[in-house]
This record gives sequence, structure tokens and C-alpha cells, in this order.
Amino acid sequence: MAYSEKVMDHFANPRNVGEMEDADGIGEVGNSKCGDIMKMYIKVKDDVITDVSFKTFGCGAAIATSSMATELVKGHTIPEALQLTNKAVMEALDGLPPVKVHCSVLAEQAIKAAVSDYYQKQGIDPKTVVGEIPEPIECHLED
Amino acid sequence: MEHRVYADNAATTKLSSRALNAMMPYLTDNFGNASSIYTEGGAARKAVDQARETMAQCLHIKNPSELYFLSGGSEADNWAIKGAAELSLKKGKNHIISTKFEHHAVLHTLEYLEKHGYEVTLLDVHEDGLVRPEEFEAAIRENTGLATIMFANNEIGTIQPIQELSAIAKKHGVLFHTDAVQAVGTIPVNVEELGVDMLSLSGHKFHGPKGVGALYLRKGIRLPNLVHGGAQERGYRAGTENTAGIVGMAEALKESCEVMEERNIRLARLRDKLIDSLLTIDRSRINGDRVHRLPGNVNVCFHGVEGEALLLSLDLKGVAASSGSACTSGSLDPSHVLLAIGLPHEVAHGSVRLTFSTETTEEDVDYIISVLPPIIERLRAMSPLWERIIAQDNT
Ligand SMILES: Cc1ncc(COP(=O)(O)O)c(C=O)c1O
Repeated sequence: MAYSEKVMDHFANPRNVGEMEDADGIGEVGNSKCGDIMKMYIKVKDDVITDVSFKTFGCGAAIATSSMATELVKGHTIPEALQLTNKAVMEALDGLPPVKVHCSVLAEQAIKAAVSDYYQKQGIDPKTVVGEIPEPIECHLED
Repeated sequence: MEHRVYADNAATTKLSSRALNAMMPYLTDNFGNASSIYTEGGAARKAVDQARETMAQCLHIKNPSELYFLSGGSEADNWAIKGAAELSLKKGKNHIISTKFEHHAVLHTLEYLEKHGYEVTLLDVHEDGLVRPEEFEAAIRENTGLATIMFANNEIGTIQPIQELSAIAKKHGVLFHTDAVQAVGTIPVNVEELGVDMLSLSGHKFHGPKGVGALYLRKGIRLPNLVHGGAQERGYRAGTENTAGIVGMAEALKESCEVMEERNIRLARLRDKLIDSLLTIDRSRINGDRVHRLPGNVNVCFHGVEGEALLLSLDLKGVAASSGSACTSGSLDPSHVLLAIGLPHEVAHGSVRLTFSTETTEEDVDYIISVLPPIIERLRAMSPLWERIIAQDNT
């Protein structure tokens, strides 16, 4: 298995990593038994994600996809962020080995979970905007 | 120049220059087929016979003809287990005893046999990674025909009491095989003393070439042929001999046996130094018994960290190691060995295995000691699991 240079770059130098003290929304997906947990923090102003950060327990691809996902939503509106797909994250990383595709799915879900939490805190039912966030995928689901 | 430390010698080792030199003539001028009667063939025949004698001597095998050359550890395990299972069945015995933490070459072979009507009992290896002889004896039934228990575990390096186990097997008329792939060339292996019926070994684990190994098969045990064809390996395993590979393996084993005593004293000291140092890291643990352990094996878990991320980080610092995390085991679960010694999944994901060889130096170990703790710190700083572990501790 070989990672692309982009994946290795985002693994070695992750962007937007760390806890956010005054986050407006926090989402967490995955579980420790499967070996990956992603936690995303967003700061929102006028429907725009002004800041975003992450913490991830997981393999190289889990860290790289988290990092890339934060880059892809930062400065974008919430509707734009909700359009983010795992495919877009993968493409931005120049691809992932097949067994690591689930990491990009987790990254997409982590963003959605953070937006959900934001709406919840605003007193808005997130389901009307974000839709159902699917149950966390099975351990290492291979697409 | 980038500093590289190869610390994955349980996966494979570098070919020794002595082995390479011994092989060269058989890759060049002495290319003859060992079965041919003319001069070139004779040279190859002699080399193969000599290699068998050399290896028999190193392993204290009385009769060199009890050693059969084949392609490696997996093939030796497959032949021994499937062959002995078939033999046992002829006596109406379809029960096989093994352990939970065998190499997949053994475990998957047993799964195959289970599908074909055999019953398999896998012994517990407890928290320390050691089989209990009394539990082995208690597991033996009327219909037990075969036991296969590894000599030294490839992940956690624990060494099993093979001599005691094989004596129990003998007492009950059970054939005994040991996968000694991690033991041969690494620690003293005296086949005569061990009293085993079959023993697997592989050249590339002790600085020999890849793709060559051997099965010790006690005289009188007539396993079914492994490969049907010509008369090579007394007809058990047909196919023109891999002369260069066999010669290289024998030379590497001879060299390993010559340097073993001194090397192992040195490596055990380096191993203990590394383990002691890594255990000073918060929430780390050693996997496997510390005493009954291969001299060059370190296997440690760090809570809150995932193994593949750890390996990639080490690689970026020039260190080659391995892990039992699911991401590196290529399956859904972390290493079956770590689960067998009772680790929860989330802890097993955070394991790292560092294995030494004769080439490993004190500087290498000091380098690992200098680069590993900051990597753990960095990964934990970004780990929500670590955050949770700390939070739970503070409540
Ligand atoms: C304990 C054990 N058994 C069997 C094998 C398989 O050996 P080989 O790679 O020669 O087939 C290995 C090595 O991977 C091993 O460590």
C-alpha cells in the first residue's frame, strides 16, 4: 500500500489541527474499537464557516483526510460545506488506497456532524438542513 | 544522508554477505541440475547434500535426510499440518491441538482442515503469551492425532516450552509439529533434545535468501507427498532444487549459529534498554512475557495512538518497524496475537513491534529512543481518544 505525496504531506503537516476552545459546533464520528475517531470543530458567522479544526485518532489516511476536509470547507458557507463529498476529499488528496476509502467517508461525516451540532445549538432541528447522518459505518468498510 | 534504522527483522532480514558469496557460484558457472549425472550436475548435487549436512549439524538433527528443502515457512507448515492430519485420520483421529496466536500459515491451514471435517482446539496463551503444558495435556483426547505449537511468536517474541510440550504429546501418541520459523537462527534449536516430530524453518528470517526453507520430518513418519513429480527430496517434494537458495540458507544458518551466543547477549541488553525506556512513556505497556522472549523483540502499546500513524511517523524519521493495528494487518481487526493475550481492540491498535538482528547497533537503539517519544506526544496531542482517556482519569 502506498500513499500519494499529498496524503503524506497532510499526514506529516496536518492543517487546522487541534482543539477549538470557542467552537460553535463540534462533531465526532467513528469509534476507538475500529481504530479511528474524528472530531471536527467549526466557528460560524453569518452562515459562513470562518474557522475549522480537527482532532483525529487513526491511521495516516484518517489524519490526512481530516486535514484535507477542513481545508475544503474553511471560508465556505454551510450549504457549500454540506455539499462536500468523500470523493472530493479523496480527489483533493490524489486518491487513497481502496482499503482507506472509509477514512474519507468519515471525514465527510465529521463535517456534517459538526454542522448538525451547530444547528442544534442554534435551536434548529438539524435534520431539516443536514438530513440524516448515516450511522457510523462498520469497521473498515471496504468500498 | 538520511539515517535509516531497519528494526523489522521478524518480517525479514538482510541477506548476509557470506550467504551471498556462497550462493554466487550456483547463480553463475555452477548452474547444473542436481539430478544430472555429468560434472555440472554433480557440483550442484554435492552442494545441496553439503547444505543439508551443515544445517542438520547446526540444528542437532541426527540424520540429514530428515531435513527436506522447500520454498519457506508457509510451505513447511502446510505440508506438516495437512500431511500429518491426513496420516492421523487413517488411524481414526481427527482432532488437532494448536494455539490462538499461531502464524496465519498455521491458523489458515487449520481453518481449511476444519472445513474438511477436522476438529481443532486452540489453546489459550494467557496474558503473558505462553502456553501452559498442563492445559495442553488436558486438551488431548482419544481422537487427538496432531499438535502444532509455535516455538517463538513472530509478533511478541514469546518462547514456548517446546521440549516439555513435545514430551506430553509423545506420551499420548500425538504427532508434534512446531513452527520454528522465528526461532531457527535466532535462538539455539536442538531438534534431538526437543523431541519434536516435525519442525518448520525459513531461510529469510536468519539472513538467508527468501523463498527457501525446510521441514524437519522425523524418520518413519510417512507424510503424503507434497509435490508429485520427480525424485527430488526423496520424492516428497518434486521440482529441480533451488541450489543457490539452499546453499545460501545453509551458509546463513551456519553463520548465525557461530555468532549466536555473543550476539544474543548483546541484543537482549539492547532489547531491555529499549523496553525500559519506552515503558517510561505514560500509559504504555509491554506485550508478552519479558523473560521467555526472543533477544531482539520489542512489542509495546501506547494508549490513544494508532499503530499505522506511528509507523508512518517512524518511517519519516528513518525507522522501519511494524504494528499489529488493523490498518496494518490488512483485516478488520487488530492483530489476533494481541487480542489473544487479552488486549482490548483500542489498545491493540496502538502497538509497535521493533525487532533486531546482528546488524542492529546501540546507536540504532539510542536513535529509536530519541525519536519515538516525540512521535507519541505529537499523535496524542491530536488524538480525541487520548483526550478522553485523560478526561476519564481526572474524574
Ligand atoms: C512464525 C512464522 N511462521 C511462518 C512464516 C512464513 O514463512 P515464509 O515467509 O518463509 O513463508 C513466518 C514469516 O512470515 C513466521 O514468522
